[in-house]
Amino acid sequence: MITLTHYLVLSAILFVIGLVGVIRRKNLLMLFFSTEILLNAVNIGFVAIGNFYADLTGQMFAFFIIAVAASEVAVGLGLLVFWYKKEGSIDLDTLQRMKG
Amino acid sequence: MYEIIAFYLFSALTIWMFLIVVLSKNALYSMSALAAGMILISGFFFLLNASFLGVVQIIVYTGAVMALYAFGMMFLDTTQDIKEDVHSPKIIYGLWIASAVLVVFMVTAPFAAEHLALDSPLSDPKLWDGSNPQQVGVVLFTKYLIPFELAAVMLLVAMIAGIILVGKKMDQSITMASINDTKVEEEEFHIKEEK
Repeated sequence: MITLTHYLVLSAILFVIGLVGVIRRKNLLMLFFSTEILLNAVNIGFVAIGNFYADLTGQMFAFFIIAVAASEVAVGLGLLVFWYKKEGSIDLDTLQRMKG
Repeated sequence: MYEIIAFYLFSALTIWMFLIVVLSKNALYSMSALAAGMILISGFFFLLNASFLGVVQIIVYTGAVMALYAFGMMFLDTTQDIKEDVHSPKIIYGLWIASAVLVVFMVTAPFAAEHLALDSPLSDPKLWDGSNPQQVGVVLFTKYLIPFELAAVMLLVAMIAGIILVGKKMDQSITMASINDTKVEEEEFHIKEEK
């Protein structure tokens, strides 16, 4: 029997995979991919809780998260392409202007 | 029985795909694996009786977001392997430990919150007749109408921002610091002409 805990643990594992990606990668494109993973992990958690409590709010929130993710990609990818044309690289280190 | 098999199959495949995304050195492999992972995640939504969201997941994520990434990657050089140099191992190990602690908290939180009481008007049993898309439609256009409209405006703003940012003459106008650069260049040009 698959319970809510199974889904929440899966959601946690996926979230941590995304988090490791955000921490480890230096490429901006990879950071965007990792962000998508984070958002999807949270979506699974929302929908699972909504289903097991017989409540539609979880699905609603997942729906709006998908909308936010779509617009984030549109703007983020635009900025990414802009940065690549300006600097010739999408490495995170090129964003570092102040040498701290 | 089928639910158990499907859950474990989908989880194993999703975790595998997302690990490829995070660990791969080639951006194209990462993107393909991410698209596969998105489709597998929609499998979870179907398992959780959220068929509308499953369809939306496939259409929006795999159809729109990943296609956008694919087009965006045409601007970038993706054939080479990504080179990344890691400066400070201490910070990275610290962050690894922090994320491990976070895992422990996240995994134990469901057990701690087992007696979570939920009091929500959406638990109304009348809402649970009809198919899932029907229920979602009813709730979306009654209780969540204003967030829905705001999301529409937000998507419009994002679309315009995307068009402007990747537009044709973006190195000459509109965005970021390049406005000042072009003005300076024009002034220098005029000065040279006068001379």
